[in-house]
Amino acid sequence: MSESSLRVVWVYPDLLSTYGDQGNVLVVERRARRRGLTVDRVDVRSDERVPTSGDIYLIGGGEDRPQRLATERLRRDGGLERAAGNGAIIFTVCAGYQIVGNEFINDLGEREPGLGLLDVASTRGTEDRCVGDVIADIDERLGLPQLTGFENHQGITHLGPGVRPLARLRMGRGNGTGDGTEGAWQETVFGTYMHGPVLARNPQLADLLLKLALDVNALPPIDDRWYEALRAERMAAAVQPG
Amino acid sequence: MTESTEPLSPRARLAVTAGRAAAAVSRVAGRGSGSVIGGRVALKLDPDLLGRLAGHLDVVLVSATNGKTTTTRLIAEALRAGGEVVSNALGANMPAGITSALSRGSGAQYGVIEVDEKYLAGVAEAVSPKVIALLNLSRDQLDRAGETRMLAEHWRQGLEGSPAVVIANADDPLVVWAASSSTNVVWVAAGQEWKDDAWSCPACGGVLQRPDDNWKCGECGFGRPTPTWALAGDDVLDPHGTAWPISLQLPGRANKANATVSAAVAAAFGISPQVALERMYAVTAVAGRYDVVTYQERDIRLLLAKNPAGWLETFSLIDPPPAPVILSVNARGADGTDTSWLWDVDYTRLAGHPIAVIGDRRLDLAVRLEVAGLDFRVCESLQEALQQSPPGRIEAIANYTAFQDLRRIVGN
Ligand SMILES: [Zn+2]
Repeated sequence: MSESSLRVVWVYPDLLSTYGDQGNVLVVERRARRRGLTVDRVDVRSDERVPTSGDIYLIGGGEDRPQRLATERLRRDGGLERAAGNGAIIFTVCAGYQIVGNEFINDLGEREPGLGLLDVASTRGTEDRCVGDVIADIDERLGLPQLTGFENHQGITHLGPGVRPLARLRMGRGNGTGDGTEGAWQETVFGTYMHGPVLARNPQLADLLLKLALDVNALPPIDDRWYEALRAERMAAAVQPG
Repeated sequence: MTESTEPLSPRARLAVTAGRAAAAVSRVAGRGSGSVIGGRVALKLDPDLLGRLAGHLDVVLVSATNGKTTTTRLIAEALRAGGEVVSNALGANMPAGITSALSRGSGAQYGVIEVDEKYLAGVAEAVSPKVIALLNLSRDQLDRAGETRMLAEHWRQGLEGSPAVVIANADDPLVVWAASSSTNVVWVAAGQEWKDDAWSCPACGGVLQRPDDNWKCGECGFGRPTPTWALAGDDVLDPHGTAWPISLQLPGRANKANATVSAAVAAAFGISPQVALERMYAVTAVAGRYDVVTYQERDIRLLLAKNPAGWLETFSLIDPPPAPVILSVNARGADGTDTSWLWDVDYTRLAGHPIAVIGDRRLDLAVRLEVAGLDFRVCESLQEALQQSPPGRIEAIANYTAFQDLRRIVGN
């Protein structure tokens, strides 16, 4: 991290910001500020260069055509790959998750090369969209409470040997492969299909990103009353729908 | 504009009667107004009924993500200067509800019809409208409705070659894209405060440049057409450049925009802006929206906001701080079950207002407001929220089913 402030980069809000994923940016920013950190938030539009010196990069979901356009522009730009090479934290959701993988099927039905930051490959499912609440046990190596989110996608993501599943599903379709996995991570790059937005539903996951970026094992506690109340409610509602 | 008095065929008349009977049963059984179930029965008996019911009418279709119910009402009021109007005034805006509404209008000259965005193309094909008014398109209930740009594309394909006069908002790039396949378009500068669904060119995917109120694609040149009508401050500017002051009872910039589009629609039927606007001033509330009701010694203004663009327009019309604000959000079927959209709403605009949150998803709102750095109270009920507010005027903003809940509680 740079000396003066935490640099949080939101990649391509003009193309990849459907489904409230900017909430992930807001949550990271808020939780850092509540710990007394100075945050430099950088929103990078798709006609701008992606800075290579960010600490945390967030990429959200998007519609099919914007996903292809974003991928073309990110490949051409090269900034995100350089940032990853510098050890930046990259947290991606839905379309963003597919983009940082090795490839996905684009809106034209063609195989589109991704950025290769996560060893995953995505295709499009033939079944109905996966829409609904997700509950999943996060990878024990990450040592966090159960995850809750809301999924809304048609993608199927196959995990390669270079990644670990982000979580094991209790409820929901996750990666859509039927093997009970949700999302993927390797080193400092994370991908998930969970909206909600996922960091608002799982503040400890937001804190994990902060800890990785700051290279610390713990953060000062903050008032998580409302987050905890929301989590408890969503978990209960998912177990007993309606 | 032609006038046809061709009678309905016996089969169509039977379908209308059967539909009315079902609606009556539904009303007796206490299942709402009955307009949707009535229309569904009628459609089953005669799928061409919609077209035949509309056959003798000069039809105006109104579609948008936000403002279509209000605009439908404003246009209906304006056109009453020219003749009898039949309209789906309560917002039953899918084919069944539209059929039901039209079946009540055998003597009318005009049909002013609100259409759900997803059904616009199909309804336009069925009813051969004279005018189609397109206001705006933005993200709304994404887990059900599909994607905004796809909707614009769907409109575009559906309207291609339509002989209707399309009256469209030049300030919404998605609406312009949808309308520009039509041969006969009247562009209205109606404004669009929400911009986050149209940073990407609908034609080529390039980045839109948006200096001031203008917009243009930096890559393909697709840009804002020159409007012939405009909302300029508190005035409607007509094609001759004449300014007509707007003095609606309905609040807010968005309703001035709705009135501007409505004046342009009325003009297409030969009704002058002055006559049209004066008739619109009679409207004080639309299906409960904007109504001020007295309840527990407070004057509560009921405001409906269903999606980020709607919330943004609503924030701009509420009384300034320290007016108390009650927010209520549900995520039942009609709302869309995903609450992620709350994070696209800029709640920092409420800074300075005392805020109470209620509704099924008040905890989602609580986290959202905490992250926005606002003070708020979480309440179990409207009554509890009111008890903690000072007497006087309160702004209550709610999404769809939460709004219906509020109306029920206050007896509106
Ligand atoms: Zn373009």
